[in-house]
Amino acid sequence: MKEKIDVLLSEIENDIKNVSNIKDLNELKVKYLGKKGVITILQSGIKEAIDKKEYGMFVNKAKTFFNESFDNRLNELETIELNKKLESENIDISLPSTKIPIGSANILENIIEEVEEVFMSMGYDVVDGPEVEEDKYNFELLNIPKGHPARDAQDTFYIEDENILLRSQTSPVQARTMLSAGGDKPIRMICPGKTYRRDQDDATHSHQFMQIEGLLVDKNISLSDLKGTFDVIAKKLFGENCETRFRPSYYQFTEPSVETDISCFVCKGKGCSLCKNTGWITVSGAGMVHPNVLKNCGYDPNVWSGFAFGFGAERLAMLKYGINDIRTFYQTDLRESKYFDRRDV
Amino acid sequence: MISLNWVKDYIDLTGEDLKELAVKITKAGINVEGVVSKRIENLVIGKILSVTPHPDSDHLNICMVDVGNETIQIVCGAPNVREGLKVIVALPGCVLKDDFEIKAGKIRGQESNGMICALFELGIEEKTEENYAKGIEEVNSDLNPGDDANIYLGLDDTLYELDVHKHRNNDCYYHIGFAYEIAAILNKKVTLPDDSYVEIKDNVNDFISLKVDTPKCPFYTAKMVKDVVIKESPEFIKKRLISAGMRPINNVVDISNYVMLEYGQPLHFFDKNKLGDKILVREAKDDEEIITLDGNKRVLTKNDIVITDSVKPVCIAGVMGGENTDVDETTKDILIESAIFDSVSIRYTSSRLNLKSEASIRYGKGLNYEYTIKAINRACYLLQKYADAKVLSGVVMHDKVDKKDKIVKFKTEEINNLLGITLSLDDVKTELKRLDFDYKLDKDTFIVNIPKRRLDIDPNINDIAEEIGRLYGYHNLVSTLPKVTTRRGVYVGDVLIRKLISKRLRSLGLNETKTYTLTNSDMASKFCYDKKENIILPNPMSVDKSVVRTSILPSLINVYEYNKARNVDNILLYEISKTYDKNYVEESKVAILIEGDYIVNSWLNTKVKCDFYLIKGIIENLLDYLGFQNRYEFEKEVLPDMHPGMSALIKLDKEVIGIIGRVHPSYKKDEIYVAEISMSKIYDKQIKPIKFKESSKYPEVKRDLAFIVNKNIDAKELINQIKKSGGRLLKDIDIFDLYVGPKVKEDEKSIAFSLTFADPTRTLSDEEVTLVFDKIIHDVETNLNAKLRNGE
Repeated sequence: MKEKIDVLLSEIENDIKNVSNIKDLNELKVKYLGKKGVITILQSGIKEAIDKKEYGMFVNKAKTFFNESFDNRLNELETIELNKKLESENIDISLPSTKIPIGSANILENIIEEVEEVFMSMGYDVVDGPEVEEDKYNFELLNIPKGHPARDAQDTFYIEDENILLRSQTSPVQARTMLSAGGDKPIRMICPGKTYRRDQDDATHSHQFMQIEGLLVDKNISLSDLKGTFDVIAKKLFGENCETRFRPSYYQFTEPSVETDISCFVCKGKGCSLCKNTGWITVSGAGMVHPNVLKNCGYDPNVWSGFAFGFGAERLAMLKYGINDIRTFYQTDLRESKYFDRRDV
Repeated sequence: MISLNWVKDYIDLTGEDLKELAVKITKAGINVEGVVSKRIENLVIGKILSVTPHPDSDHLNICMVDVGNETIQIVCGAPNVREGLKVIVALPGCVLKDDFEIKAGKIRGQESNGMICALFELGIEEKTEENYAKGIEEVNSDLNPGDDANIYLGLDDTLYELDVHKHRNNDCYYHIGFAYEIAAILNKKVTLPDDSYVEIKDNVNDFISLKVDTPKCPFYTAKMVKDVVIKESPEFIKKRLISAGMRPINNVVDISNYVMLEYGQPLHFFDKNKLGDKILVREAKDDEEIITLDGNKRVLTKNDIVITDSVKPVCIAGVMGGENTDVDETTKDILIESAIFDSVSIRYTSSRLNLKSEASIRYGKGLNYEYTIKAINRACYLLQKYADAKVLSGVVMHDKVDKKDKIVKFKTEEINNLLGITLSLDDVKTELKRLDFDYKLDKDTFIVNIPKRRLDIDPNINDIAEEIGRLYGYHNLVSTLPKVTTRRGVYVGDVLIRKLISKRLRSLGLNETKTYTLTNSDMASKFCYDKKENIILPNPMSVDKSVVRTSILPSLINVYEYNKARNVDNILLYEISKTYDKNYVEESKVAILIEGDYIVNSWLNTKVKCDFYLIKGIIENLLDYLGFQNRYEFEKEVLPDMHPGMSALIKLDKEVIGIIGRVHPSYKKDEIYVAEISMSKIYDKQIKPIKFKESSKYPEVKRDLAFIVNKNIDAKELINQIKKSGGRLLKDIDIFDLYVGPKVKEDEKSIAFSLTFADPTRTLSDEEVTLVFDKIIHDVETNLNAKLRNGE
């Protein structure tokens, strides 16, 4: 009996080793354990066996051996087949992706949002105002009476006589904000927006452009406070190493007035074509709010003081991103704007 | 252009480096854009002491030259070199034209430590054979060896090119005014030029009578000179006029310009004999005519001011004189006018006539009456000295000028508070003295009288602070910050919703554009769905920018075409902008344009095409994001310039807030889809706060069904009926198939729905669902004349 079983076991071992796929393996199960299977028949021989206990033990041994060998081989074959499948599913990951659409901000809005963020962190509200404006807000309240030469320079689009116009600056929003604040509350606001002047469009002029003006009204505000505030925004926009300076200037609604320069970020002050070899670049105009403007807008200049500043959004963007033609902002060439759909340093 | 040699007449600039001075002036507020100097450094007068022939040359000579502090050896090849001659010597280090630098060296073995120059070598004369033959310049002047040869050559002037702000360009536009600015910066004093002269007995009042008949001429003075000799101006006047960009004509004309450049006061010289004996200043009559000095006929209006001989105009006041009283070669007697006219009126006349003159520019800025008087006297002085004029005694004058002093009272601390600096009382005194501002001190209060020449300064503390601040130097300011607020800034009012919309549309893959508000009437006539009338500019710059738009869509179409022409595929755009109608009513709008594929992968053949349903999805996404779920609907409508079968109104709470659809193929044949929403109409809409909604923990039951209905019945009607009949157990409806074709009748379509039923509190039984399901079928069939599609 023992010899007979040993032969059977080696037969099983051989059979299982030789199958190369799961289907053939399953056929072996029929061959050995099916109704007319080798082991099944052997099992039914127990009735005639002399030593039933020993016979049963041998048959069980054969059965167990088959099952274990079967399971092991099945595992092996499954792994082989999965590997084969995986191999066939190998893809070229270098093929182009499915493009998710780009949604970029307009370049000007990009810079405006950056400026807004800095000023909002310092407590400034972002305020909006009308673009079709009254002369009163655009000029008169701002210390620019009718007939004043400062009006000529702004070359305004008038709509109705000399009363309704397309605003030539965003300053009317400052006047409106002061008036609605009622003369007894401090103010911190910026008002980015579109403005219009009668300029022929070319690489450096645009009849429509954007200003980012700001206003702070409080008690005991000095020009040094303006300098400190300008330092913050300059460093945020042009880097921590950016230095600033004020130069005297003249505007009708501020007194004293300054022009604000930043150190040239291209040449670091050594002199280059961008800064016209001065090492400095002018980025905005600013000053202490003129007492007449405070008075016109309901604030007592003996109690209140403040500063105002104005950036040209186009100029900031041209400097920061290296853009040479102001028309770029109003054409929206998607081949150019796609580079603005990302965070910036 | 300001000539520094000229300025030196009024202020001592000995030892000042003019380049450094320019920097100081710029720092103090007057921008010196350019420092122009033709000066040649290391160029001196020399005297030739001896000449000996060069041993190794037949034409060179060895010269010993006295150049002031030493005698140097120079080898020279000029034919006219000789002992005793005064010459121009370029010393080592001198750079001549074409960057030719003089160095000490040897010429054919003999030491040569400079060059004796010909004028052509200095770039003063052309390099011609004739000039070459002339040889070195023979200096005939009082200058001594070692003296600066630039003086001899007239190259010693330095010019400042100024970029002056409007406020200061009255007092910094003339040499004396500019001298005061330098004086303040350098803390020096200004000396005014000589204006003394001898008068003859004759009195001007016997020769001319004056009447001023307009408030637009507050100040008018005239003096008269006789027997002038017209000739060429002296060198210094000619040189200085040229440096200021004016062409010298003759001594008389030049003197009027010269004085204008000194005091900023334009003068007008009439030929007295052509003028007659009367002057009447008045407003012109409409259509009155005058031929001006430039030979052109000018037609006047009642807004212009004219000088007349009491009958006809002889001068457009402050702008240009008339040909009829012009000074010419034969002129003997002159009436000098020095006056002040209303600056607004002059600017108006000058711009209306498109006639800008040196005079009109200056009158347009306003003038100081003190200098009106100074200038006329100075002109008399110069005419007497350089035109042999006899000056008549007396002056003709009309004086209604406001002479009120501009007084400011302030304390030192007020200046300090405004600037954020710490000046002492004595510091302020020093600054006021530098500015040449008269002041008194009442205890610690300054009482300042602002000089009349500073028209730009208003009597308030800020103006004084500015003057002190700019001299103190803004570069000396420290940086401080206003006291902190605890609150972060916010987007006020509409700004916030604008920002939210913008961010959402960007994250949906749309690109923000910015286009012009001003457009042309053709573009403005497109997409007039809200039937607004446009603002039309009365004086546009061009027809292309003459109308204020009421819709952004035409501009987006422009951006689309711009990109299409540059081969950009898949164009997804939006813009947010204010619009205005004829009544100045503002409406903020957001416009969207899509064309091409939204999502694409060509090699995989994956595509999400831009179509009506995509732009509808974008709008729904946006409105849902803004908190308007279930409050909006799309209502089919025929709209201007839109495809009649593919356009709709967008309604929120039953109110029309915008439009959506495909651009009409006859307007643009490409498959462009657009939408425009009025942000103004949604700003004020209230929304509910976000509330958590728990999902059902019990299983959902899904049942599908399809209806065959008439083609004209919209899906919305079926959905509405299903919703109504489904009641609270119906959780969701989805359309998964739309069929038109041979399996249904020609005027029919089949729509397949997938319905989801659920109850948040329990598991639904099959019977319950069937009950609702059957009710839905029954109601749809009855109310919409639909048939359940069998076999599905």
